[in-house]
Amino acid sequence: MRGLSFDIAHMLAGSLVLVSFMQLYQDRLYALLNLFALHALVLATSVAWQAFIQDAPHLYLTALIALVFKAIVIPVALHRIIVRLGIHREIETVVGVGPAMLLGMGLVALAMVVMLRVTAEADPLAREDLAFALSVVLLGLLMMVTRRNAVSQVIGFMSLENGLVLAATGAKGMPLVVEISVAFSVLIAFIVIGIFLFRIRERFDTVDVQALDRFRGERR
Amino acid sequence: MTFDALAGVLLIPALAACLLAALPGYRLTSRLNVLATFLTFATAVSLFVVEPGSGPYLLVDDLNKVFIVLTTFVSFTTSVFSASYIGHEIKIGRLKPTYVRFYHAMYQVLMFGMNLALIANNIGLMWVAIEMATLTTVLMVGIYRTHEALEAAWKYFILGSVGIALALFGTILVYMAARPVIGEGVDAMVWTVLVTRAAKFDPALLNVAFVFLLLGYGTKVGLAPLHAWLPDAHAEGPTPISAVLSGLLLNVALYALLRFKMLLALNPAAIAPGPLMVTMGLISCVFAAFMLYRRRDIKRMFAYSSIEHMGIIVFAFGMGGPLANFAGLLHMTMHSLTKSAIFFAVGHIAQVKGTQKIADMGGLTVTNPVLGWGLVLGVVAIAGLPPMGIFMSEFLVVSSTFARQPVLVIILVFGILVALGGLFLRLNTIAFGEPRGPTAPADASYVPMFAHLAIVFVAGIYMPPALVTGFQNVARLLG
Repeated sequence: MRGLSFDIAHMLAGSLVLVSFMQLYQDRLYALLNLFALHALVLATSVAWQAFIQDAPHLYLTALIALVFKAIVIPVALHRIIVRLGIHREIETVVGVGPAMLLGMGLVALAMVVMLRVTAEADPLAREDLAFALSVVLLGLLMMVTRRNAVSQVIGFMSLENGLVLAATGAKGMPLVVEISVAFSVLIAFIVIGIFLFRIRERFDTVDVQALDRFRGERR
Repeated sequence: MTFDALAGVLLIPALAACLLAALPGYRLTSRLNVLATFLTFATAVSLFVVEPGSGPYLLVDDLNKVFIVLTTFVSFTTSVFSASYIGHEIKIGRLKPTYVRFYHAMYQVLMFGMNLALIANNIGLMWVAIEMATLTTVLMVGIYRTHEALEAAWKYFILGSVGIALALFGTILVYMAARPVIGEGVDAMVWTVLVTRAAKFDPALLNVAFVFLLLGYGTKVGLAPLHAWLPDAHAEGPTPISAVLSGLLLNVALYALLRFKMLLALNPAAIAPGPLMVTMGLISCVFAAFMLYRRRDIKRMFAYSSIEHMGIIVFAFGMGGPLANFAGLLHMTMHSLTKSAIFFAVGHIAQVKGTQKIADMGGLTVTNPVLGWGLVLGVVAIAGLPPMGIFMSEFLVVSSTFARQPVLVIILVFGILVALGGLFLRLNTIAFGEPRGPTAPADASYVPMFAHLAIVFVAGIYMPPALVTGFQNVARLLG
């Protein structure tokens, strides 16, 4: 049983990294949004599995939050925003798909090297989880850097937060405070973002962050 | 929980935030805002008289007492300045009454977040508090809803969130390092417990954790090259918020960093956090000093000056040792007071001139003598000229570290001198020469500005022995 439970946890965490990669090369907003929902779904499953094998019932709550909030509510809401703004065109990526994938692979390798080396004494499950979590965090960062569109930057940020939740649940017995706070922060982040998106729309008629760059703070 | 001063510094802002969100009318709410911040300040001072015990969630020791009193004091004086500043903004129609209500409520939420971050005894709770403070300032930076304000708020939000996310990862790693030693559960995140057992933690995990924490909280401190959000956020938000950001929020992030540095210092096998901090501090100082020369926006210029000073402070703490820590602590206090005083002056100047562009200001000492000379005094202080307090603290930073690392200190002094040149070049245009732009008298409150400058001036000449011993205790604590 020990072996199987480890394998399943490993597989779920690995799938999260895989979905992160899929997000990286996705250049349509709707597809990206669907992938984010999938990302959150995988996360919810992974957290629920952790709750089961660690025998930590409070983690089920975290899984539920991830499922309801990140896999359903946010994607639906963002979907509606995209429709209302009429921006379901292609995403312009700053870096091409090829280089982005290569960079992503490099980051994952980096995460593995760093985390596996320093956690040699921790239990294997926590080790793998942390390494995967760091990969997801770094891929989320990469996505935020390579996209110009505000919506996809936000999705990048949220998948980054998913990585953090994975890390927090992998750390056995970590107090609930942090999990709730992560969910809470996502909520607030979403409200802030929502407000901003509408304000950006109001002012610029576009959600392309590049348009913002025209209004450089340094006015001449 | 019994009511003590620790609960007070949290409850007063929390209650005030609810009240201010509900009450209409600018006059009433701005006064209530001042009253609430004053009460918080008074409660914070009472920590020196009666020291409440530390619990599993809240903690008070010599280190955070200094930070809390400084934070509550500057937020009190800023709220006085804010009352007259916001009054003017309403008069010219830049802010709508609904936004003012929102602004005051957010101001108190920000106070709550910063105070919680300072007294949290739990690394998770501290992270939540800093995140909360960050998000409130994001909302406040965007409050004018202009193009620039939105861009600044967006940039701040994205960079701030990334920083805060990295800090959370670091926090989780610290928990991972502590768990095998302390055991599962809340105890492995409590400062007072962590500190006693730190020597047994896995050093490799602690090292990686510190790198994440340095990058994460370092973004919030505004260390180069993670500083990109800072000038925009300072320039585009309301000026009271610039004063609070520069004078306080940067300190709060620095406080978090110092706590983790103390933790690492207790583990003999972990890397020394000093060199990393010294490097980032030096880079920030020299980089920001050069950036001062190309600034055309007055608030942006002083934002870069904040980066420079945070660099000096981080350098001092990175060098470590009782003397350098003392100097860093003093410099931090002086910088908070001086920089907020400068922003008080700058806020009114920008209102008089109707612009923040340096090129459109001139001859302030002739047209608005009080504001003009106030700014001159502030810049003299921030540039580190005697007899002001910053001269003292910079001198201490340099003299306490010169014997150990002469080369590094020469780089630091170079940065300080370059910054001095940049500041005076611009000050010359703003304060002296032909008057330019509108010259209407300002309806300003000068008291907060001159109160800060007076403290900085006195500190440059005479430091009360009680204060010196207090700072020395903290410096020893920092190791």
